[in-house]
Amino acid sequence: MDMYLTLIQLLDSTVRLATPLLLACLAGLYSERAGIFDIGLEGKMLAAAFFSAAIAAMTGNVWIGLLAGIGASMTLSAIHGVASITFRGNQLISGVAINFLAAGLTVLIAQAWFQQGGRTPSLMGNGRFEGITLPFAEAMQNVPFIGPLYYELISGHSILVYIAFAAVPFTWWLLFRTRFGLRLRAVGENPAAVDTAGVSVVGLRFAAVGICGILCGIAGAYLSTALQAGFVKDMSAGRGFIALAALIFAKWRPWHALYATLLFGLFGALETRPDIIEQLIGIKVQGQLLAALPYVMTVIILAGFVGKAIPPRAGGAPYVKER
Amino acid sequence: MDVMPKWAEVILVPLISLLLAAILSALVILAIGEDPIAAVKLMVTGALGSTYGWGYTLYYATNFMFTGLAVSIAFHARLFNIGGEGQAALGGLGVALACLYIPWPHWSLALVGAACAGALFGAAWAAIPAWLQAKRGSHIVITTIMFNFIAASLLNYVLVNLLRPQGSMDPATARFPETVHLPTLHDMLAPLGIEFSRSAPANVSLLVAVAACIFLWFLIWRTRLGYEIRSFGNSESAAKYAGMPPVKIIMVTMMISGGLAGMMAINNVMGEAERLVLNSVEGAGFIGIAVALMGRSHPLGVFVAAILFGFLYQGGAELALWTSIPRELIVVIQALVILFTGALDNMVRMPLERVFLTLRARRAPKPERKEV
Amino acid sequence: MTTAPAIELKGISKAFGPVQANKDISIRVMPGTIHGIIGENGAGKSTLMSILYGFYKADKGEIFIKGNRTQIPDSQAAIAAGIGMVFQHFKLVENFTVLENIILGAEDGRWLKPSIAKARRSLLELADDYGLSVEPDALIQDIGVGMQQRVEILKALYRQADILILDEPTGVLTPAEADQLFRILGRLRAEGKTIILITHKLREIMDITDTVSVMRRGEMTATVKTAQTSPAELAELMVGRKVLLRVDKTPATPGEVILDVQDLRVRDDKGVERLKGVSLQVRAGEVLGIAGVAGNGQSELLEVLGGYAEGTGTITVNGQPLHLSGKNADGQSRRAHGIAHVPEDRQREGLIMEFAAWENVAFGYHHDARYQSGILMNNTAIRSDTEGKMARFDVRPPDPQLAAKNFSGGNQQKIVLAREIERDPDLLLIGQPTRGVDIGAIEFIHQQIIALRDKGKAVLLVSVELDEIMALSDRIAVMFDGNIMGERLPNETDEKELGLLMAGITQ
Repeated sequence: MDMYLTLIQLLDSTVRLATPLLLACLAGLYSERAGIFDIGLEGKMLAAAFFSAAIAAMTGNVWIGLLAGIGASMTLSAIHGVASITFRGNQLISGVAINFLAAGLTVLIAQAWFQQGGRTPSLMGNGRFEGITLPFAEAMQNVPFIGPLYYELISGHSILVYIAFAAVPFTWWLLFRTRFGLRLRAVGENPAAVDTAGVSVVGLRFAAVGICGILCGIAGAYLSTALQAGFVKDMSAGRGFIALAALIFAKWRPWHALYATLLFGLFGALETRPDIIEQLIGIKVQGQLLAALPYVMTVIILAGFVGKAIPPRAGGAPYVKER
Repeated sequence: MDVMPKWAEVILVPLISLLLAAILSALVILAIGEDPIAAVKLMVTGALGSTYGWGYTLYYATNFMFTGLAVSIAFHARLFNIGGEGQAALGGLGVALACLYIPWPHWSLALVGAACAGALFGAAWAAIPAWLQAKRGSHIVITTIMFNFIAASLLNYVLVNLLRPQGSMDPATARFPETVHLPTLHDMLAPLGIEFSRSAPANVSLLVAVAACIFLWFLIWRTRLGYEIRSFGNSESAAKYAGMPPVKIIMVTMMISGGLAGMMAINNVMGEAERLVLNSVEGAGFIGIAVALMGRSHPLGVFVAAILFGFLYQGGAELALWTSIPRELIVVIQALVILFTGALDNMVRMPLERVFLTLRARRAPKPERKEV
Repeated sequence: MTTAPAIELKGISKAFGPVQANKDISIRVMPGTIHGIIGENGAGKSTLMSILYGFYKADKGEIFIKGNRTQIPDSQAAIAAGIGMVFQHFKLVENFTVLENIILGAEDGRWLKPSIAKARRSLLELADDYGLSVEPDALIQDIGVGMQQRVEILKALYRQADILILDEPTGVLTPAEADQLFRILGRLRAEGKTIILITHKLREIMDITDTVSVMRRGEMTATVKTAQTSPAELAELMVGRKVLLRVDKTPATPGEVILDVQDLRVRDDKGVERLKGVSLQVRAGEVLGIAGVAGNGQSELLEVLGGYAEGTGTITVNGQPLHLSGKNADGQSRRAHGIAHVPEDRQREGLIMEFAAWENVAFGYHHDARYQSGILMNNTAIRSDTEGKMARFDVRPPDPQLAAKNFSGGNQQKIVLAREIERDPDLLLIGQPTRGVDIGAIEFIHQQIIALRDKGKAVLLVSVELDEIMALSDRIAVMFDGNIMGERLPNETDEKELGLLMAGITQ
């Protein structure tokens, strides 16, 4: 029973850590399926984390903060979109630039606004997203097995977590059951086919980039207003790249993105509880190994040892009309 | 068909891009309530106004020359090596092992040995993503990003568990022996009667970096290997027609690239810190990208760009000291340079091309018939 | 009252910088006819069609559809005006199904399931009406070229196009598939559809069109009723002077066998067999011409001989066997065997467009001792060699420093030819020698090939232009579907017989 409770706690941790990864991963999915490579997920998350915490601190209202975070992320998305689509620039370089821009500007502005060495003040009360207790959770708390499962694992998360999980079936439905999704997938495979059918390639790609901005915005806001209570320098800590790794691991499919980010979230949770691994398999696993595991696994996937990871065919290349 | 003359493409476009980056940076400084002109003045005096400033500027520039050259050679093969950070970190490991465990009689021999070790480790770290790209088609950008993170974890593990001296709490190696201490610019210039700051870390590796620039120029434009690299970078299908083996070109280019990044460690690990610490690279691998872009992947351009960024770095440190502007301003400037010279270059190029076209049309009113 | 033309263009002009692609074009296409537009590469046909389809905006001029003045700023407007276009390079999403490709952009409403159901029904009707059989649920990447083209036509018909424009539709079809296409076009015409057929093949124009317009250098030089003209007259209108479809040459005196290919088999990267046991020989002092529709294995043959594709079988050059896989199967060892290669695609393979002409002259031969000095390359030596080559091959402008992309197609080809021929090879491989090359350069290049043959060298010529094959070859081999269908002597055969072989029909 003790083991079961520990397991529940571990899974609970996994969910909380996986949420920003999942949101960022889905963000990348929309963008890359439309043919725009995005390695700037990290920067967008960081910018959103700062602005949502900053505005939440200043207004005392976390929802306005969330909007501000989304706005910041979408601004960076717009820059990436203009560079990649309008000016047909190198998408990878643009992503790198956006990451640096966010890393630098967030500290700069934080210092200018709050003078606390590059962080925002701690958020309290309405300035953050608290856990939501689902109906009957407290009553069911002591029911064996199902009680803790419901109370600890399923109930008690902030609303952004539930939004993130709901985004998975929604994304699947949007991509595979609607006209918009068909066109979005087409534009990432053969934009010429879309263009000659009379549909705007530019419009679709900007839409995808915009959705990416929104989801990254929620991911970043989650970091500073739900997972933690405030912004600190570099708080995204490589999550944007782990999300990218998960996207490749998931071969650009929504449900697989859920599994991949949960898996990577599990690694993150285990990193804080090395004793569990020792209990389970009797070997002491170093934290650095767990930290490197998502990246190593992605490299193995990319090496094609576990099936081929084929990205959208028109990905990374700007669309130029044939002369 | 070339619309613009070559000089416009090579000098005018990047110059205007840089100007845009500079203007935006000035606006950022204004936005946080400081005076851009005063900031620039402070940066100039802090970075270039004394031998102390120059010492630091050139020290940073040395780092950026190595990483900038690394990114440049890869760019010539159309490979985007973002892994300079990790390769430089592994290079640091190589340098540390060479300095700690081999009893060198003189610093010059230690320099050669450590440079080789650093280059070897850096090259090895680049070789795996290179092989994956060449043989399995794995995108080198993604793999090198992953390898940066893996390198960080690896170095962390090694420093904490393997190389940390007994009884020390610091995740770092022991100090290198006195014999491998590299002469600083002060030490080199004093016998010539030139006064140079004693406490600035610029050292003999600067000369190695400059030599690397010259060597790379010859390699790229005067050797058969360079010819093959440039051909491959322009058109892989043409390279195959000409019998140039793609796998060999990718591997060799990335290993030279990783080797150059790894060699950076003779400057920061051996020349300045004189031990290996966590995060010794401090972002120099990424600045190498900005330097390569700004310098158009040409060794001379890289040399100039590296000094410029060295100036920005030292100037930024001075700003952080004397004003409320944090060091992160430099990161913002770096980001803007990368953005404008690397991703938004068409924003400058397209209007310029139109200008040249209208100039041409005015000079020759009858449209020429292009022979097809 | 006379019927309004389906399409009328008045005074259409379009320039790209200094290049005037269309100059004052006026044309009338009557409804219910098949109207051909013929012209050489670069005559401006594709630009004109791009304007009709909304890709480009004309600088001057007006478009009238069914008598009404119409603006076509984008593809949507073209589709709304009833224009459908079938491109030379298909615009299909490879990993979508046929149905998904057809409804893309013409979905009926926001949700896919009802759209697909409706499209399925319409598709079956259209397929019946016009004989366009397709498999609705097959993935594009799994179906053949002929069916893919039918999907493209169905796309247009599904959007209720009255006017169909087909751009070089038979480039990748066998003669049999082309006949099937023309039958379909005939049925469409019978139903009142208007068809514009863009092609450079005189035969097609004569076979199927009702009227034909000729374009040359951006201008419309003539519009005539097909029944009232002849291939010779059209050819002359196309180039402006009597075209020499024959090359002056003396009979060949073939010597010993230089190239001997036995049972060559090649698989592509999807495992499909592209060469199915090809055997041929080329002797010194003769030109062997390989005829065939593009895509029947000729490219793979050249790639294996050139060293950048792998295969199985036996190939000997001057008695020396060539490696067909592994380490020594590369371009360098081929060159060492005395093989030179002018590739089919000079811009993607034969030249580095960004390099200067002198850098391109060393391409493939950068290990040559004459181009080195010590461990460095001797750029001065390469440059002076380039000057000589440019003079001998009349390359204009004769500037070694000029980047390859700044030369015209014909001059680019001359640079490649100069490089390869002056190697004094025992065997010259040459693919599509005059694609995208203007008339004056064509004659020069043909003369160079014959001159090489007269020097006692072996030449393997691959071309999709039957006229070129018949004019230059001493022997002709026809390839179809990865096999040699037969060998003929040019003065003992004709285009009809060769066409049948090209379609896979042996007597």
